[in-house]
Amino acid sequence: MAVDWASSTIEAGGTKLHVKRAGRGRPVLVLHHETGTLDDLPFYDALAANHAVIVPHHPGYSRSERPDWMRSVRDIAVVYRGLLSELKVARAALVGLGFGGWIAAEMATMAPADLSHLVLVGAMGIKPPQGDILDLAVTGYMDYARAAFHDQKAFDRVYGAEPSVDQLEMWDICREMSFRIAWKPYMYSQTLPHLLKSMRAPALIVWGDDDKVVPISAGKRYLESLPDAHLEIVRSCGHAVDMEQPEALAKLVTNFIGRE
Amino acid sequence: MHLMYFTEQPMSAYDEQAGRDFGATALMFPNKHFDPVAGSRLYNNYIEQYMLAEEVGIDGIMLNEHHNAPFCMQAKANIFAAILAGMTKKTKIVMLGNPLPLAENPIRLAEELAMIDMISKGRLVSGFVRGGGQEQLATGVNPAFNRERFEEAHDLVVQAWTRPGPFRYEGTHYQHRVVNPWAVPLQKPYPRVWIPGVISKETIVWAAQQRYPYIALNTSIEQTKKIWELYDQVALQSGYVGGPENRGYLIQVHISDNEDKARENARQFRWMQGEFTGLAHPVWSTPSGYGSPTNRRAFVEFAAGRAINPRGNTSFEQQVEDLRIIYGTPKTVVAKLKRILEQTRPGILALWGNDGRVSQEDSLTCVRLMGQEVFPAIREIAKSLDLKSPFEANAPVHLKYSTDLKPAKAAAAE
Repeated sequence: MAVDWASSTIEAGGTKLHVKRAGRGRPVLVLHHETGTLDDLPFYDALAANHAVIVPHHPGYSRSERPDWMRSVRDIAVVYRGLLSELKVARAALVGLGFGGWIAAEMATMAPADLSHLVLVGAMGIKPPQGDILDLAVTGYMDYARAAFHDQKAFDRVYGAEPSVDQLEMWDICREMSFRIAWKPYMYSQTLPHLLKSMRAPALIVWGDDDKVVPISAGKRYLESLPDAHLEIVRSCGHAVDMEQPEALAKLVTNFIGRE
Repeated sequence: MHLMYFTEQPMSAYDEQAGRDFGATALMFPNKHFDPVAGSRLYNNYIEQYMLAEEVGIDGIMLNEHHNAPFCMQAKANIFAAILAGMTKKTKIVMLGNPLPLAENPIRLAEELAMIDMISKGRLVSGFVRGGGQEQLATGVNPAFNRERFEEAHDLVVQAWTRPGPFRYEGTHYQHRVVNPWAVPLQKPYPRVWIPGVISKETIVWAAQQRYPYIALNTSIEQTKKIWELYDQVALQSGYVGGPENRGYLIQVHISDNEDKARENARQFRWMQGEFTGLAHPVWSTPSGYGSPTNRRAFVEFAAGRAINPRGNTSFEQQVEDLRIIYGTPKTVVAKLKRILEQTRPGILALWGNDGRVSQEDSLTCVRLMGQEVFPAIREIAKSLDLKSPFEANAPVHLKYSTDLKPAKAAAAE
C-alpha cells in the first residue's frame, strides 16, 4: 500500500526542520538514528497505516540544516518539544530508534504528562552497565552502518551493497553533528536514568537479540529506570530493528500504542 | 637563514610485522608493542643527537609531539623542550609545535612555555599546531571543534603571556575564573610563534593574518610555491609584504660520508609504509569535522576504499625525484638543497635527518655533517639569495607589533 507523505520545512524555536508526515490516528513522533535517515523506509510506511506519523530529520542530520549553537542531545529534545507545540500535537507517542531513543527519553523527562507512550528501540542515552556503545569515531562509515544489522542482506536491501558517495558523505555530515553534541560522555547522559523516574506514561523497550551497537545491558538499565516499562527482544535482529525487521517492529509498536 | 635539526624520535624497536598483521601502526595499534627498555635507550639517544647538534653549531632544534604510535615517541613536546632548556646553551628550542586544541587548560600550557623560555634564557620558539586527527582521538578531544579550539586557545595563551593579570576569560570552549600566571615569558612581547602545516588552506591563511611564519612540512616544490602564493596574497591584504622571514620548510635529508649508505638510510624515511604517521584507518586520521568541508566528498570516497588518498602516496624513487627526500654526502645534498632554496626562498630550514631504524652511529654522523659541512654552505647560499630568518630580519612577533603596515593597495604596489 502506497503511503502519501507530505514533506515540509517547519521552524521550531528558530531551528528549521525537514519534517515528513503521513497517516491518521494517534500522533506518533518517530526519531531516527545517528546515521541520519533515508527519505523513505518501510517502517515509516507500516506505522503510517495506523497512526498519524511525524518524522523530523534531526537538526544537523540528513535534510535538516545544522544549528552551530547546539551542544547537547537535550538541545534537540527541546527543539522537538517546540516542534510538537508548533504542530499543536499533544500527548504524542514517542518512538526513538537508537540515538533517536535517547532524544525521545530526554523529551519524556521534560514533560512527563505530555506523551501517551514511549518506545525505545536499541536506545542510546544510558551508559551500559556491561559493554560499551560502539564508537563512531574509530569505526569506518561502512563498518559502522553494517554493524547495525544482524543480517547483511538486510543492509543491502536498505542501502544497497555499495552505498552511493552521497550516502557516505551524508554519514560523515551526521557523524560530525553527533560529535558536536554527544562527544563526551559518548552517546549517553549521566543524569538521564535518574530523571526517567518521573515518567508516568507506559514504555516499551525493544532490542534486537544481536545488537552490536548498544549492549542490551543498557536496555535493562532503561527497564529499571522507567516506572512502567517492559522489554521485548526481537530474534535474529541487529541494532537497527526498524530497518532490519520493519513489519515486526511496526506491529510491536501498534499493539503497544493501541493497548489503552 | 635559521637552520634546524629535526627527528620524529622514532620508536624503532617496535615489531614491524606486528604492525603489518594488525593492519595499522597508529591509534589502536596495541601499546604492548612499545618496549620501555628500548624507549629509555632511544630517548637518551635523541638527547645525545640534540647535544651534538648544539656542539656543531646548528641554530635550532625542532620538536614535535604525537600519540599512540611508533613513528614518534614524544608524547609531550614540552618535556624535551624543558630538558633542552636546561642542557643546552645556544641552540633555539623550536616547538613545531604544541597541539593547542588538545589543551584542556591553555593557561597551564602558557605557564609551561614561559618556564621553558626563562630557563633557556629566551631561546624558545613556540610553534602551535592543530594536532592530527588521531591526536584528538588519543586524547579524547572533540575533532569537530578543532579549529575553534585552536584559535581560542591561541588567543588565551597570548593573553596569558601579554595581558597583566588577574583577568577573567569567558570563551566558547575555555572559561577561566582567574588568569594570573606568575610564570610569564622572558622574551617580549612574547616568544616567536611559527605555524607548521601540510595541506590546510585555512591554516596558511590564519598564519599569514597573524604574520606568523608558516613552516611547510615536506611539501613538493610546486606545493610549496602554491603555499607562498596564498600566504603572500593574504599578507598583502593584511598590509605587509611576505618574504623569506615568513617562510619555513622542513625536508627529509639524510647525510652520510658515502652515497650508498646515505641511500640505504634514506629509505628509512619510508619506514611507516610510506605514510608520515604510520598506517591508520582514514577516519582516525581525519575524524568527521576535523577536515575542511570542501574536502569531505573526496575524503569519504578514500575512506571507503573507493579512491586513492587525496593527499597522495608516492614511491621512494618518486619522492627522491621530486626532492622531497634528499640523501647523499654533504656535497650532493647542498647542491639539491640549493635548488629548493632558489625556487621557494625560505628563511627557515629544518632538516629531518634520521628516521626509522637508522643506527645511532649513522644518526650522529648525519648530525655532525649537517652542522659542520652542510649548514655552513647553506648559510653562504642563503646570504647570496638574501634569505633572512625572522631573527635576522627582526620581523615583528605578530601583525599587531608591525611598524610597516600599509593599506592593502599600497602593499600590493610594492
